[in-house]
Amino acid sequence: MTTAVLLQALGLVLDPYVLLVIFCSALFGLFVGCIPGLTATMATALLVPITFFMPPVPAVAAIVTATAMAIFSGDIPGALLRIPGTPASAAYTDESYRMTLKGQAELALGAGLVFSAIGGLFGTIVMILFSPALAEIALKFSSFEYFWLVVLGLAGAVFIGNASVLKACISLLLGLLIACIGLENPAAHPRFTMGLPQLMSGVELIPMMVGMFAISELLRYITNMDPPAVIAVNKIGNIFSGMWDLLRKYRWPLVRGSALGTIIGIQPGSGADMASWMSYAMSKKFSKEPEKFGTGHVEGIVESGAANNSSLAGAWIPAIVFGIPGDSITAIAIGVLYLKNMNPGPMIFVNNPENIYAIFLVFILANIIMIPLGWLTVKIATKILKVARNILMPTILLFCIVGSFAINNSVWGVVLILFFGLAAFVFEENGFPVAPAILGVVLGTMMEENFVTSMIKSDGDPWVFFTRPIAMWLALATFVILLWPVFTWAVNKLRGQPA
Amino acid sequence: MKFNDALSGFLLLLLALAVLFNISSFPTIPGQNIGPAAFPGLLAWLLLLCSVLLIVRSFRTSVRSPLIELGAWIRSPYHLRNFAITTGCLLFYILASDFLGFLICAFAILCTMFWALQVRSRLIVPIALMVPLLIHTIFYKGLRVPLPWGILLPLQW
Repeated sequence: MTTAVLLQALGLVLDPYVLLVIFCSALFGLFVGCIPGLTATMATALLVPITFFMPPVPAVAAIVTATAMAIFSGDIPGALLRIPGTPASAAYTDESYRMTLKGQAELALGAGLVFSAIGGLFGTIVMILFSPALAEIALKFSSFEYFWLVVLGLAGAVFIGNASVLKACISLLLGLLIACIGLENPAAHPRFTMGLPQLMSGVELIPMMVGMFAISELLRYITNMDPPAVIAVNKIGNIFSGMWDLLRKYRWPLVRGSALGTIIGIQPGSGADMASWMSYAMSKKFSKEPEKFGTGHVEGIVESGAANNSSLAGAWIPAIVFGIPGDSITAIAIGVLYLKNMNPGPMIFVNNPENIYAIFLVFILANIIMIPLGWLTVKIATKILKVARNILMPTILLFCIVGSFAINNSVWGVVLILFFGLAAFVFEENGFPVAPAILGVVLGTMMEENFVTSMIKSDGDPWVFFTRPIAMWLALATFVILLWPVFTWAVNKLRGQPA
Repeated sequence: MKFNDALSGFLLLLLALAVLFNISSFPTIPGQNIGPAAFPGLLAWLLLLCSVLLIVRSFRTSVRSPLIELGAWIRSPYHLRNFAITTGCLLFYILASDFLGFLICAFAILCTMFWALQVRSRLIVPIALMVPLLIHTIFYKGLRVPLPWGILLPLQW
C-alpha cells in the first residue's frame, strides 16, 4: 500500500460527513443489536435504502460499523434477559446469564465488549494483509477458475454446519433459480417473467433482502408466544475491571477464537453465528477447566465473543477480492458495492485502491470506537431493553415499506418484501435455511456467466474445467467438500459394523 | 405452519417440473450448444432430484407426522389475527398507496398495528401522526424519494 493511496484513504474516512455517518450507524447498530429479535443482518437490510443515496465510502462504512456494533451489542440482552440480541450471541447466552445471576454481569459484558473489539481488529488485520495478496493471484483467474470458486463457495454454504444438507441444497437451488429470472443472462432471453414487465430486469436484491431478513423477523415477533423476559439486574458497575487479567489469562483462547472466526467468516455462507457456536465448542474442548462451562464461566465468552466479531472482517475478504460473499451481511454489501460502481473483484485494487483502503480504515475505526460507545450502551442498557417493542416493530414495518419503495420508486418493491417475507417465514418454520438462498441469488448470475463463457471458450468440452492448473485444484477442493458427508457416512458405517 | 417433508417435496417437485416445462419453449442459439435453457434446466433437474430425495427420506423415517402441522400461534386467535393484520397492512399499502398517498396509508397502518399490539390508546394517534411525518421528511425532503401524495396532492409541501 503506497503512502499516497493511504493518505487519500485517510482523507476519505476523516471527512466530517463520513465520521458522522460512522457515529450514527454505530449508535443504530448498538441499538438494533441490543433489541432481541432485531439482527445484524436486519440492521444492514434496513440501512441499505439509506446508503443508496450516499457516496461509496460512507455507504460501506455505515454497513461495516453498524454490523460490528450489533454483533457486540447482541451480548447485552443475552447477559441481562437470557435472550440473545442477535443469533451470533446465542452460543454463550446461557453462560453470560449465569454469570449475571452470580453477580458477575460486569465481567460478562466487559469480556464481551473488550474481546469483541480485539477479535474485530484481528480479523481486520488478516483482511488487510491477505486481501491484496489474494487479489494478485485472482488477477490470473479466468472464467474457469471463477466458475469453480463460485461452486466452491456455494458447496461450502450448503455442506458446512447445516443441520439438513438436503434442505440447504433445495434452498440454494431455489435461490439460483430466482437469479435466472429476467433478461440478464448470456442469451438475453426473458426467462420466467410470467408476463410481468417488472421481472424483466430480474428480482431486485434489496427488497428481497428486506423481505427475507426484516419482514420475516417482524412476522416472527408478531407470532412469538413466549412470555416477556425479566431483566436480571438493574444497575451495572464498571465493566472494565479485571479485563487486563482476563487478557493475560486467556490470550491463547483469544487468538484461537479470533483465528477460527476469521476463517469461518472467509468461508462463504457461514457467518458470525456459526463462528460463535464453533469457537464456543472449541473453547470447551481445549479448556483446562471444561467442567466449569455452562456454570457461568467467562472463558467461552472470551473466545467466541472474539470469534463472532472477527468473522465479520473475514467475510469481507472473499467479498472484496472475488465478489463472493462470506455471509449474508456481505451478500447485501456486495449489492451495495455494485450499485456504487465499486464492482468487487481483484480489479478493485487497481481501479479504486483508495476506496478499499478506506474500508480497511473504517473497520479499524469501528472496532476502536466500539469500546467507548459499547460502554455507554451497557450503561443505559436497562433503559433500551424497556423500549416498547409494540411501538418499535410497526415503525420498522413502515421503514421497510419506504426503503423498498425507494430502490425503484415503485410499489413493486413492497410487493417483493411481502412475498419474500412470507416465503422466508414459512421456509424457516419448516427447517429450510435462508442463507443459502441468498447466496444463490447473489451468485447465480456470476455462476451462469462463467459457466456459459467457459463452455463457449472450450467449444462445449467440459474437460477444460479440470485441465487448467488453478481450476483443477479448485475443482478438487470442491469435490472434497461435496464428498465429505459421503466419506464420513462411509467411515461411520464401517466403524459401526462389528469386526 | 409446518408442512410434512413429503408434502414440501411434492410441491418442490411440481415447481421443478413447471420450470422444465417452461424452458422447453426457450429458443436455441444457432451455432452454439448452450442456450438460455441450459442453466435453469440443470438447476431444475437438481431440484427434481432433491425433492424426490426429500419425499423418500420422509417416508423412511419411522415417526409419522401429519401433512400440515399448525404452529401454536395459529391456534391463538390473538396471534393469528395480528399475523393477518401485518400482512394485510402491507397489502393495503400496495393497493391503496397510489390513491391515498403515503401519509394517509402510513397513518392508517400504524394506527391498526398499534391497536393490534395493544399500545396504550392515548399514545396511538399522536405517534401514528408523528412517525409518518418524520419518515416523510427524511425520505421525501432529505433523500428525495418521490413518496406518493395521493389525495393530499393539493396540500403538497
